Amino acid sequence: MKAIQTEQLSLGYKDELIIEELDLTIPKGEITVFIGSNGCGKSTLLKSLARLLKPKDGSVELDGKDIDKTSTKDIARQLAIMPQSPTAPEGLTVLQLVKQGRYPYQSWYRQWSEKDEEAVQYALEVTGIKEFEDRTVDSLSGGQRQRAWIAMTLAQDTDIILLDEPTTFLDLTHQIDILDLLSDLNEQEGRTIVMVLHDLNLACRYADHIVAIEGKSVFEQGDPDEIITPQLIHSVFGLQCQVTCDPICGAPMCIPYSKQRQMKGANRYATQQVQAN
Amino acid sequence: MNNQQFPFRFGKVSFLFDKKSFYIISLLTVLAIVTMVISLGIGQLFISPVDVIRAILGQGTDMQNLVVNSFRMPRILLSMLAGAALAMSGAILQGLIRNPLASPDIIGITGGAALTTVMFLAIYTDRSNTLTLSIHWMPLASFVGAVSIGFLVYFLARKNGRITPFRLVLIGVGIAAAADALTSLLMILGPIHSASKATIWLTGSVNGTNWNEVITLAPWVFGITFILFIYTRRLNMQELGEDLAKNAGQLVQRDRFTLLLLSTSLAGGAVAFAGGIGFVGLMAPHIARKIIGSAFGALIPVSALVGGMIVVIADILARMLFMPLEVPVGVFTSIIGAPYFIYLLFKSRK
Repeated sequence: MKAIQTEQLSLGYKDELIIEELDLTIPKGEITVFIGSNGCGKSTLLKSLARLLKPKDGSVELDGKDIDKTSTKDIARQLAIMPQSPTAPEGLTVLQLVKQGRYPYQSWYRQWSEKDEEAVQYALEVTGIKEFEDRTVDSLSGGQRQRAWIAMTLAQDTDIILLDEPTTFLDLTHQIDILDLLSDLNEQEGRTIVMVLHDLNLACRYADHIVAIEGKSVFEQGDPDEIITPQLIHSVFGLQCQVTCDPICGAPMCIPYSKQRQMKGANRYATQQVQAN
Repeated sequence: MNNQQFPFRFGKVSFLFDKKSFYIISLLTVLAIVTMVISLGIGQLFISPVDVIRAILGQGTDMQNLVVNSFRMPRILLSMLAGAALAMSGAILQGLIRNPLASPDIIGITGGAALTTVMFLAIYTDRSNTLTLSIHWMPLASFVGAVSIGFLVYFLARKNGRITPFRLVLIGVGIAAAADALTSLLMILGPIHSASKATIWLTGSVNGTNWNEVITLAPWVFGITFILFIYTRRLNMQELGEDLAKNAGQLVQRDRFTLLLLSTSLAGGAVAFAGGIGFVGLMAPHIARKIIGSAFGALIPVSALVGGMIVVIADILARMLFMPLEVPVGVFTSIIGAPYFIYLLFKSRK
């Protein structure tokens, strides 16, 4: 089953091509994560899947239909995207922000149907920010704010959710928090999630499907267990690393080499390991 | 919902009202009316608020009725309308450009109106210093200037079929400077009489307003305000940025064009009758945002009320401080507005 498909998709700004003639399929009901080095075009690709960027050539298909030929309001009811570090105007409350997610279902005289109310309530509750609904977005902490944006995206009630680096600027606790939330949405409600993540190990842990982008195209894609190898990481990121097994989830885990710091404290961890056993 | 909001539903029609906004708007409406009543009593002939109300109902002395209803009422209503229109125009621009420093003065709308007004005065003044065309055509000249500069800025700011807020501001500031230069040139070269008349207009004045002007401006402002209410949800979405607006299924460029048209029309209408009253379009929406927050459903009416009150109060000062001499109302809005602008710049730098 496919959620989104691209055909001979070329993307770019001005004369520069960033993605060239790409055929890509995003599986339905799974978590897909785009990885790649800075500037490789993963955010650009994500934007184009949500029609925020017009292709130079080729097409993006949603449910088998070209998004360029589908009404933008219809797409907004099937697919939602959360851009990278969005900003809310000063003084906007959480409730007012989350309400905006209902935009594709509303008109100037129909602004608060029962369905709208249910969807907003659900979004506030599932993201755990119900208690902050009357606070302004700028008064929240980084993690809470990110939850508010995710709540707005959820209120849009779409089967497909795209997120551009939803964990940037968050500490590790809140990164895990957000990713667990997205993982729940995927597992319990079968939503298709596509996101760009910077942290390779978290990408491997949460993704069902990884798409590694390099050289204006997809370098490799598939189940992280199968595709993440030192060779792949070297080709995509230009980084030397070892791949081992995440001791908690069993997903692949990349441990990079450094120039100077090798084997420092290795003995201490080795002893701890022994004691733990 | 908690007890701060209450929904209204009737068939397919549904809205969510915010209690706090409701109270604040009611309170401001009362305040605005009180300010206007006080203002109606102030002048060379002082009339107490009670007598003002009596006069409005036609039960005062003949003198009071005449002064309140024929002389003062039109200028005060016009001040209120012009202030409200400038404030709403600024509120739209601030949402569109996503910057609290945006206002109709800054993107050249007021400057454009000034230029065509001075052109009108220069062209239609003959050697004996009298106007060859009725002064009643002057608002039309101002309006044409405001709207054409608005669109000139819009089209110059377009690149690859789209318009970015940043380019809009840069082009606007540039065009405003050019319009100012041309205005000064015309005033120096033009006849003395028209130059002094132009100076008063440029600073913004509601002196000598008659009922006809109020009756022309009122439907314009109310009509556009109604359309604006239909557009508030689009404006709310615009303020979250282009990507999210597109994500929500909005036709971003088309809506930007319409919103700019509404903003320009409001500012154009105001300057056409009240002249270049400065800084109201900047201050009022900003104060309103502090009072009520950023959702446009409440921000628009609060901005309008605050803007109207600023001009009415500035007009009281303009009439009182140097009595019997009268100073253009724009002097006072600028005296408060310019430091406010600097304060905003200073704050945004941090």
